[in-house]
Amino acid sequence: MNKKFGIKEVVATGIGTALFVVLTTVQIPIGIPNTYLQPRMAVMAFLSAIFGPIVGAIIGLVGHALGDAIFYGSIWWSWVIPDAIVGLLIGIFYKKYMVREGEFEAQKIIIFNVMQLIGNAVAWILLAPVLDILVYAEPKDKVFVQGIYAFLGNFIIIGALGTILLIAYSKVAGRSKGLSKEDDE
Amino acid sequence: MEPIIEFKNFCFQYDSQTEPTLLDINLKIYPKERVLIVGPSGSGKSTLAHCINALNPCSRPGKTMGTLKVDGVDPAKAGVFGMSRIVGTVLQDTDGQFIGLTVAEDIAFALENDAVLQESMKRRVDEVSELIEMKPFLKHSPTALSGGQKQRVSMGGVLVDDVKILLFDEPLANLDPSTGKNAISLIEEIGQKRDVTVLIIEHRLEDALYRDVDRIIVVGEGRIVYDGTPADLLCSNILNEQGIREPLYLTAIKHAGCEVSPEDHPESITKMNLSPYRDALRNWYEHTETVPKRIHKNEVLSVSDLCFSYKPEEPVLKNISFTIYEGEMLSLVGKNGAGKTTLSSLILGFIAPTSGEIKLLERDITPLSVKERGEKIGLVMQSPNQMISKPMIRDEVALGLKVRGIPEEEINKRVEKVLKICGLWPFRNWPVGALSFGQKKRVSIASILVLEPKILILDEPTAGQDYRHYTEIMEFLKELNQTMGLTIVMITHDMHLMLEYTDRAIVLSDGELIADDHPAKILTDKEICERAYLKETSLYELSVKCGIEEADSFVERFISFERENRKWADD
Amino acid sequence: MGRRLISYEEKDTWIHRLSGFTKLFFFLLWCVTSALTFDTRVLIVMLIAGVAIFISSKTTWKQVGGVFQAILLFMVLNLLFIFIFSPYEGTGIYGTWTEVCKLPFGVKLTAEQLFYEFNVMLKYFTVVPSVFIFLVTTDPSEFAASLNAIGVPYSIAYSVAITLRYIPDVQDDFSRIRNAQAARGIEMGKKANIFDRIRRTANIIFPLLFSTMERIDTVSNAMELRGFGKKKKRTWYAGKKLSIPDYIVIVSSLLFMIAALLFTWMDGNRFYNPFI
Repeated sequence: MNKKFGIKEVVATGIGTALFVVLTTVQIPIGIPNTYLQPRMAVMAFLSAIFGPIVGAIIGLVGHALGDAIFYGSIWWSWVIPDAIVGLLIGIFYKKYMVREGEFEAQKIIIFNVMQLIGNAVAWILLAPVLDILVYAEPKDKVFVQGIYAFLGNFIIIGALGTILLIAYSKVAGRSKGLSKEDDE
Repeated sequence: MEPIIEFKNFCFQYDSQTEPTLLDINLKIYPKERVLIVGPSGSGKSTLAHCINALNPCSRPGKTMGTLKVDGVDPAKAGVFGMSRIVGTVLQDTDGQFIGLTVAEDIAFALENDAVLQESMKRRVDEVSELIEMKPFLKHSPTALSGGQKQRVSMGGVLVDDVKILLFDEPLANLDPSTGKNAISLIEEIGQKRDVTVLIIEHRLEDALYRDVDRIIVVGEGRIVYDGTPADLLCSNILNEQGIREPLYLTAIKHAGCEVSPEDHPESITKMNLSPYRDALRNWYEHTETVPKRIHKNEVLSVSDLCFSYKPEEPVLKNISFTIYEGEMLSLVGKNGAGKTTLSSLILGFIAPTSGEIKLLERDITPLSVKERGEKIGLVMQSPNQMISKPMIRDEVALGLKVRGIPEEEINKRVEKVLKICGLWPFRNWPVGALSFGQKKRVSIASILVLEPKILILDEPTAGQDYRHYTEIMEFLKELNQTMGLTIVMITHDMHLMLEYTDRAIVLSDGELIADDHPAKILTDKEICERAYLKETSLYELSVKCGIEEADSFVERFISFERENRKWADD
Repeated sequence: MGRRLISYEEKDTWIHRLSGFTKLFFFLLWCVTSALTFDTRVLIVMLIAGVAIFISSKTTWKQVGGVFQAILLFMVLNLLFIFIFSPYEGTGIYGTWTEVCKLPFGVKLTAEQLFYEFNVMLKYFTVVPSVFIFLVTTDPSEFAASLNAIGVPYSIAYSVAITLRYIPDVQDDFSRIRNAQAARGIEMGKKANIFDRIRRTANIIFPLLFSTMERIDTVSNAMELRGFGKKKKRTWYAGKKLSIPDYIVIVSSLLFMIAALLFTWMDGNRFYNPFI
């Protein structure tokens, strides 16, 4: 099965979403009340960069909806959908990142971060506020301020944690060339 | 009769590797045969098996030469899906293979993929669940099942497909000894009831031979080095050359100076004719001495009246008391769910006891945080991949010191020392990914040793390892124990490990401490073995059959003789 | 995890007996309807109906209570934020100005604002019972089959089944890894600065991700060996066939949605305006 969404992708989506849901409760406080960085976003970005945009988008969509539902008993669709967009956009160039080949380096790190910047901007500065206004008729100022916070938070956590994880994984998973044992001293 | 599996001058090379993994394989297996395939890790035995179910080259690309026919078809052409109707594969990872949300769904998985209608699917699932004796559990989720039950379900999952060949990839790897014994019996029964050909890949020869097999194939360095009856194999020197462990009772007979003959049925201690060896063994027993035990005086860790429960009516641990002395190497055993993990979690402070006391160096450790306890009590998890946070070895080992804010200079000094002790110094600037499993294990141990703990707790240090890697890891731990005087506790269900490397075993069963004694005593005590899901060692049966009354002291002498011998071999 | 999470519990009520497809269909329609309308009367009817169905599912407070408190906290904060950012949003929407009282800093409280925020709250609350009902009464085994039935490709539907299957295993891995790393002194930490905290989190998440990647390999091998994806169609062991009550629920929830939306837009917009 060499289609775009083969067995590996099905499983990566399924288990990736499970990981996303489990990490829902792991939040890094940043000193502003009720505002946290969400490591689960970095995990989604990681899997999207390895397995591609469809995997990323579904992890964002299902993971966010399911996480909301079982931990908070409600689903905020206006924030679920943008999450899928972030996963989708990060994964578009997944073949270029070459994470598993051990070559996630300088230029690729930049492409990854540009993509996540665009993804987060579209999702949180544009889409989430617009949906909030359309669905809940919430005040413009409020939703855009919220959107900008979400943008910053997710941009930081994916940019820092996501990048760290990808670099580390690329080093561990990639075949290492030209290693030789070093003798004492 | 036509063979059901036939390799002719077969070679296989993975695209990712520069050397062929299988070379010049010629092998015929006939319908309804029961064949055991043994070989050390990296010998190519798994590659061979995965050529039969087409995972090679369909999932892991590679080049083949020569021909392979399975039930008349070429697996590489039929593909994984095509082969799945002929060959049912049961993988060693029972959790990874359990895909359904419940037992019934997991058994039905292959039928669902075949778009079988629901009514006939339910009927087939009912039939198969009866065969694997899991009918009452159809609605259970995998979290509610034991390892042995999960394995039964895995068998059910391939049996629904009316396959002609059953392929078991290390079926014993994740099971406790007595469950493993049942698994082997079940494999035999199903093979007979369903008239299928059975291939078992395993490196635990003695356990796999618990029921008869027709043939054993030994794979070594990509070639078939033996193909014949178990009896002839056991009387040859091939096992030793390949680094596969022979059954313990045969080692004992050889220690007594006897040459084993194939006519005496050496493949099974129950069936074996021992009369030619009896006198020699008794003589050996009477003239072998036990090495005096080392005496340990200083308390390191003591646990008294420890109780733990999530709900008061369901105690997980009941009044556990024991003391561990400095320099001891001991094992903590019991079946899954007996409370071993809970006990180590209590000691490390992940959870708080309901009542009771834990003392470290004669001081109550209740006030200490997890981090503070971690400096004195090191915990090494089963899989090194669950511990490694940094891609570079040196950084990984230094991590525990870095987060404690220790000055750079001191970190370097301590990391260097530990890397040298662990034999990792030549690799210090390598990425972790370039290491073998055993080396990774050393990295995870080094990253704990660097904190200079008083006591090291290892969870299943040798799980899933073949004899060579097992010996490598255990000899390393023994060295740490002897040269540094490090106290080592191993949570395990490996009976060899208990016997060969520890002088004391603490046995838990259903939350109670049921024995605290020399492993030789425990493994010759039927009642304790049964309660703890252990299996009596075959040495016990051997000594009983030879009329040696003190079976435990026979076992003890055997073990000290072995240890002495190994020392000789090392020097 | 301290708080009790919402999960399926086997019981025998008419809602439990419905097919997962029906419940998913109802749940999605309910979400859409609640998202589109802002009509107070419709929302109140939806809330009452939701609560009534919830009660008839015999769900106990214990199953959902903990989660409910979290929602309440979120609601209060959200309403407060709306007020802080835009205290006159309501007067803009309803086009009138009915002052109730004066607040500090020269802010005035209007009846329109109160009514508007009341509506926002209602909108959030109408979804809650439907989420509870769906989660508590739908057998997870049936979930993937239901998704497939409403038109989601089966490979994607099955990935959701895998999620539900492996959440407990991943949860287990996570707590074991977090504990073992804590013993090594690697914790997420509360006192460090943000970037330090991120770096420490990486030390815990990395081994978890690494084990997850291994698990992905094993599970995909196992699935391939048992023929996942070989056909265009797939059947489901746990799928439930639709019966008469299912059709009744499907038709009536469709009718309800149409009626609710027609009623909402009768006066030309989605709001109900009591101020004119």
